Amino acid sequence: MSFAADLATIWAFIIAFAVFVYVVMDGFDLGLGILFPLFPQKADRDVIMNTVAPVWDGNETWLVLGGGGMMAAFPLAYAVLMPALYTPVIAMLLGLVFRGVAFEFRWRTQKARNKWDLAFAGGSLVASLAQGIALGAVLQGVHVEGRQYAGGWWDWLTPFSILTGAALVIGYALLGATWLVLKTEGELRDRAYHLSWVLVIAMLCAIGAVSIATPFLHVQYTHRWFAWPNIILTAPVPIAVAGVTVLLVRALTNKYDHQPFFLSLALFALSYAGLGISMYPYIVPQSITIWQAAAPENSQVFMLVGVSVLIPLILAYTAWAYWVFRGKVRPGHGYH
Amino acid sequence: MGTIDGIAPGVDDGRCVMFEGWDAVALARAQFAFTMSFHIVFPAFSIGLASYLAVLEALWLVTKREVFINLFYYWLKIFAVAFGMGVVSGIVMSYQFGTNWSAFSDKAGPVIGPLMAYEVLTAFFLEAGFLGVMLFGLERVGHRLHFFATLMVAIGTLISAFWILSANSWMQTPTGYAVNAAGQFVAADWLKVIFNPSFPYRLVHMVLAAYLTTSLVVGAVGAWHLLRDQHLAGPRVMFSMAMWMATLVAPIQILAGDQHGLNTLEHQPAKVMAMEGHFQSHPDGAPLVLFGWPDMADAKVKYAIEVPKLSSLILKHSLDAPLAGLETVPRENWPPVPITFWSFRIMVGLGFLILGLGLFSLLMRLRGKMYQSRLLHLFAVTMGPAGFIAVLAGWITTETGRQPFTVYGLLRTADSVSPLAAPAVGSSLIAFVIVYFAVFIAGVVYILRLMAQPPHQGEQGPSHDLPARAAGITPAAGAAVEGAR
Repeated sequence: MSFAADLATIWAFIIAFAVFVYVVMDGFDLGLGILFPLFPQKADRDVIMNTVAPVWDGNETWLVLGGGGMMAAFPLAYAVLMPALYTPVIAMLLGLVFRGVAFEFRWRTQKARNKWDLAFAGGSLVASLAQGIALGAVLQGVHVEGRQYAGGWWDWLTPFSILTGAALVIGYALLGATWLVLKTEGELRDRAYHLSWVLVIAMLCAIGAVSIATPFLHVQYTHRWFAWPNIILTAPVPIAVAGVTVLLVRALTNKYDHQPFFLSLALFALSYAGLGISMYPYIVPQSITIWQAAAPENSQVFMLVGVSVLIPLILAYTAWAYWVFRGKVRPGHGYH
Repeated sequence: MGTIDGIAPGVDDGRCVMFEGWDAVALARAQFAFTMSFHIVFPAFSIGLASYLAVLEALWLVTKREVFINLFYYWLKIFAVAFGMGVVSGIVMSYQFGTNWSAFSDKAGPVIGPLMAYEVLTAFFLEAGFLGVMLFGLERVGHRLHFFATLMVAIGTLISAFWILSANSWMQTPTGYAVNAAGQFVAADWLKVIFNPSFPYRLVHMVLAAYLTTSLVVGAVGAWHLLRDQHLAGPRVMFSMAMWMATLVAPIQILAGDQHGLNTLEHQPAKVMAMEGHFQSHPDGAPLVLFGWPDMADAKVKYAIEVPKLSSLILKHSLDAPLAGLETVPRENWPPVPITFWSFRIMVGLGFLILGLGLFSLLMRLRGKMYQSRLLHLFAVTMGPAGFIAVLAGWITTETGRQPFTVYGLLRTADSVSPLAAPAVGSSLIAFVIVYFAVFIAGVVYILRLMAQPPHQGEQGPSHDLPARAAGITPAAGAAVEGAR
């Protein structure tokens, strides 16, 4: 497991960072969609929508960066994975269409409001499930010949990919529930606490199931995690998961405001790190490494210049936008 | 039950039969054309509308006239709906390169990818980051900072146009590249890649098109309300502003289009031959074919109505200048002539109608009848969608005219597709068609509903009763205002 700070590795981290920021930011607002059916009251739904209405578009932009950045930095991986993940990706895109337009449409109609609420919930669920399935499909590897995907358009569908799909839905729902704890108050917040409890337990089961199943996929994963001396580096991950879980349980018991959300994010970060440990240095597991997939050096350098200036700037003004809309959201005056 | 069992295998067969004779390339092209055509409508509108909103807010800040803030809020609500649809249909585009055009992504990704990545980094984040404040934040951040947010969104839309048109133009007129051992295009000179020969023309032509499209929509909405009541302040202001835009920009756009055409003649002559319907070469002056039916099999335009030598005059600025025809191009490199030919005529025809509207409104303005002339108002209402149709027709012209290549002259469309079977591409195409029609028709209905109302005194933004902070540090000044939608 040699680690060279070369361009391809730097770019692998940048893409991984973009995808992680996406998961962090869009995860909770997709989670709100997943939880939507559990909040049938219009007043609750209005508040839930309003907690993310000003920021959802920025959150989703990280997905475009993940996709566009991958095409630019690792065109071969992008060209192999997208056809391999054809069905889940298309399903995700269509899901995102429904939930994205619902943010505006549901305020523009009385009659069809329920329909757009359903579109928001269904779209969020489908998009989350599809992302989780895509993740599982990547982990289990795809059939590559030459520079092309050579499998069929249903190869992604396995019990493992369904498992990762369900796991991500649970994880996003947990982020959504703890986000509501952070952003709402009163009865709505109490219900979000209850949901968080259920979802923490479900999330831990999901993490456990995926962690147990992954080493069975390929001997490489087993070797990566359990062989000496790798285990010195990998063992802290499950230990940290246990530690974060204890803190999360404490935060929920004491009804803290901010901690449940950020500790849930920590669980995501650890799972994500585990994923990275499993995959590195492959970008298409078992087939294509980051060096094989890397775009020519001058493409990667050209973008690196922009990224190193622009990403900090983007994070700064995104933080500002969150700051402007900080604090609890509650039903305002003049509701009809 | 028996019948269902009996039908079930037939359904499967039916799906295969449905795409028989369609190859995956044709389906992938149909899908790209469909999703792109739906998408382009929204950026074309939001580029212009974002700039218009920035102008309205600036006018309000400077003059403090209430009519401007009313108009700002009025158009902001429409912008919010249109922008949302642009975002979701745009995400589809960014993944479509990989799903349906993976061979292209592998080969051209090193050149096209960075341009699109820069679009995301410099434009999409800027728009998205400031959009929330623009839509919901006027009472939270102070007027100047809010204006700054509006300005950032407007600038973001223009930066976005810059990068995506650069990428498209490079595919039309590739320069500054080399090809590596893996068969990928590699940038040899990024400045030459970005500022490739057709880019400046395409950028100017498209941004002006977006401004004209928006002005026609704004003008139509203003005229619609003036038809009912000539004295409404808001509709008067928006109508006047829109007609100034049409009057001033339509002639510039025709000039820009002409220059763009000359540039195309230099770099993609076969496209111009298709636009003009020139199958044969004309060594001493080519006629301008006004109308007719281009028949590719017979290599001639049937039922043609021509003006002798005019095409040479337009394209070469000389009546007797020779112009080569498609006969000089190998047949396998011909673009689909009828589509290119007709979409070009639709675009040009609409361009001149827009010019006519601009001039007519100028005449009425000079006579002091701009707010009274029902004929002008009816004309303006009719022309409301003209910009969208012209933009679509223009893009169809340029995109079919560069066929059969994705990277012009270098990478054929047939060699760019993903290794997918027709049923996969066909099924996703059907899904897109159903979803887009359902979703976007609803969106257009909501926009039209918003437009059907005239701007009111004390117009509210799209704040959806956006609740106030309970625990914020600064008091929520706008709570009462925002709540009272």
